[in-house]
Amino acid sequence: MVTIKELPKEEYLLKGHAACAGCGPSIAIRLLFKALGNQVIMVVPACCTTVIQGPYPYTSFAVPLQNILFESTAAAASGIVAALHQRKIEDLTVVGWAGDGGTVDIGIQALSGAAERETDFIYICYDNEAYGNTGMQRSGATPYGAWTTTTTAGKKERKKDMPLIMAAHRIPYVATACPSYPIDFVNKLRKAKETKGTKYIHILAPCPTGWRYDTSKTVEMGRLAVQTGLWALYEIEYGKFKLNPPSDRLTDKTKRKPVKDYLTLQGRFRQLSEEDIEKTQKWVDEDWIRYQKLAAIEGTIF
Amino acid sequence: MAQTIIDTANHIAGYAAKAARAKVVAVYPITPQTTVVEKIAEFVDSGKMDAEYICVESEHSAMVACIAAASAGVRTFTATSAHGLALMHEALHWAAGSRLPIVMVVVNRAMGAPWSIWPDFSDSLSQRDTGWIQFYCADNQEVFDTVIQAYKLCEDEQVFLPAMICLEGFILSHTYMPVKLPNQEEIDAFLPPYKSGWILDVNNPYSHSNLVSPEWYMEFRYMIHEAMENAKKLIPQIDKAYGKHFGFEYGGLIEKYKCDDADLVLLSMGTIGGEAKLTVEKLRKEGLKVGSARVRVFRPFPVEEIRKLAAETQMIATIDRHVSFGMEGFLATEVKASVFHEKDSPLVAGFVAGLGGRDVTAQTIEKIAEKSLKWLRMGKVEKETEWVDLRE
Amino acid sequence: MMGNTLKPRKEMPLTPLSAPTFGSMGKTGSWRTFRPQVDYSKCTRCTICWIYCPDAAIKRREDDSPEIDYDYCKGCGICANECPVKAITMHREEQ
Repeated sequence: MVTIKELPKEEYLLKGHAACAGCGPSIAIRLLFKALGNQVIMVVPACCTTVIQGPYPYTSFAVPLQNILFESTAAAASGIVAALHQRKIEDLTVVGWAGDGGTVDIGIQALSGAAERETDFIYICYDNEAYGNTGMQRSGATPYGAWTTTTTAGKKERKKDMPLIMAAHRIPYVATACPSYPIDFVNKLRKAKETKGTKYIHILAPCPTGWRYDTSKTVEMGRLAVQTGLWALYEIEYGKFKLNPPSDRLTDKTKRKPVKDYLTLQGRFRQLSEEDIEKTQKWVDEDWIRYQKLAAIEGTIF
Repeated sequence: MAQTIIDTANHIAGYAAKAARAKVVAVYPITPQTTVVEKIAEFVDSGKMDAEYICVESEHSAMVACIAAASAGVRTFTATSAHGLALMHEALHWAAGSRLPIVMVVVNRAMGAPWSIWPDFSDSLSQRDTGWIQFYCADNQEVFDTVIQAYKLCEDEQVFLPAMICLEGFILSHTYMPVKLPNQEEIDAFLPPYKSGWILDVNNPYSHSNLVSPEWYMEFRYMIHEAMENAKKLIPQIDKAYGKHFGFEYGGLIEKYKCDDADLVLLSMGTIGGEAKLTVEKLRKEGLKVGSARVRVFRPFPVEEIRKLAAETQMIATIDRHVSFGMEGFLATEVKASVFHEKDSPLVAGFVAGLGGRDVTAQTIEKIAEKSLKWLRMGKVEKETEWVDLRE
Repeated sequence: MMGNTLKPRKEMPLTPLSAPTFGSMGKTGSWRTFRPQVDYSKCTRCTICWIYCPDAAIKRREDDSPEIDYDYCKGCGICANECPVKAITMHREEQ
């Protein structure tokens, strides 16, 4: 079990980049490189990370990075993996790094295709629950009730369950994570690297700009999401579902903080009614019943 | 061993991808292209071709997979038609802007709505401005030869652009013709291993194509334009060199047939250019001085060749298997643009024919020639754009 | 920008290839309204501030205490918020 101090000091996300102050995804990018080092080829579609690189002729990334069209992160990964295979290059990790819009909406076709083809790469969706690059419009990953510029009265629909959609592809490794739990995320990345096939990691990446909270609270917000059970840390390894600490101790509802503690801290939920909060609480409680059922399945969940 | 086989243009395209040693082939079916990639599947699955065969889930992903594989250092190939090509549109822009030497076969098919599976050039010509080199073939032998020539051209450091090799659906794609296939050693001698202008490399990391401000963007676009101009010079050289090695060449940018003393030149692309030779023969027997010019390369447009042609003739009749609604066919426009500043430029009449696979026979072309000659005798083009064989 | 001098076209690459650069957006420290201050007498060298800095603007010294690069620190305050012993405090920038 690695500790924070044991993580390497080298930085491959270089300071002076263009992310907003307090950017959750940026913490996750640093952790990505702490986990995998620089023997990676990254594929990045249009998303916040496109901008975080900074402008030509400079980039803040010290690894080879292919910027690619919005819908096709996973298709590009398939192409790179194929090329490396032909060139008999074996010790590089191909990483698709995409926002939630580019994953659950416009990118879902290419991702589903790559997973079905068992492309050997790690796909990470860093989820700030909206189209961040273009100024916080709703995506399929935006949660119920959230304000965005295109759901100014609060989103009416629920968040897509992308990790389970990916698990239904029967890929060998699916995980959820959050940069507020850095060691958990690092361990999952390292496990993914050692697994053959398509690996999918979905991280909740709090965004002060879009979620409307003070920039200093990013890590705290991620922690609260986990503590309320709104975001569960789990793995689905070869189809077997398992909750990770500290989520594994939250199956008892009394141990979970009420979702209200999380929702009321963010400006994007300011217009939530009591009824909306109750709905959200009910859905979270239902999710947790489902997690327990999934964990109890003897064989694979799909 | 060099051998002559009798096969369809689609299968021949598959043989060409194999001969060129494409290492990553992105695959998605669409009529009338599908038998190209099916042939490649046979080769790959039987071990005759060493390549990654990626069955992607859409044409957009097919082009992106090629872009990514080419960036990661290998020769790539794909094929499509009509709506598949249209679906790739933004990726075509991305490929050219990325300066990647991808080669793609386009089996030309009319665009919908409504659905049509029959040929015209609306699909590939809609992609005119993407920065892709465009070849148009008149027979199956030319398809094979042009694929090989295209890889050599695209991977030249003066070019580094992608190219599409267009062939008409059903007329060529599913028609059997004899084709001489050179042996692999000869191909390998002509076509060296894959080369590109840049590569994704952990030992020399870059971010490719992050945000480019107005202060830089225009220069990158000029470089693409420059590469096109270089291609214009290189294409005839490569064609000649190919002819020396393998015995087949196609006149570089334009294949001219009996144009030297022609009063009227029938200018077209693809199989219409082949059929036009029959019309030329018939009309010459009747004492009419007609020639045929088949534009083999639409992008870069052979402006200088058109001017040379124009200087030696009185009239050019362009036959477009395409129309840009609200204007005319591209051949008509671009020929006129090429000769606009020339002293004594010839008459130019534009004909739109063969849309959605309507047959363009030697007889159809004869009607075009007769109308053109009538206008030539009158000294003026009565109708700037005429749609041929159109019912009232 | 990092002293952005426009190259002649002939010195440009054939397609935009951007090189890894510190300060791709310039000295982002200028974005700050509040600056973090470390009380090294309270600091327990846990390195939590280091791992959570979105900007990699905190360097781990030999003894694992944090060294903040004020040229690039955007003043988000995550380090101060997360420090388990409140050894980091945020102070309004003089200006």
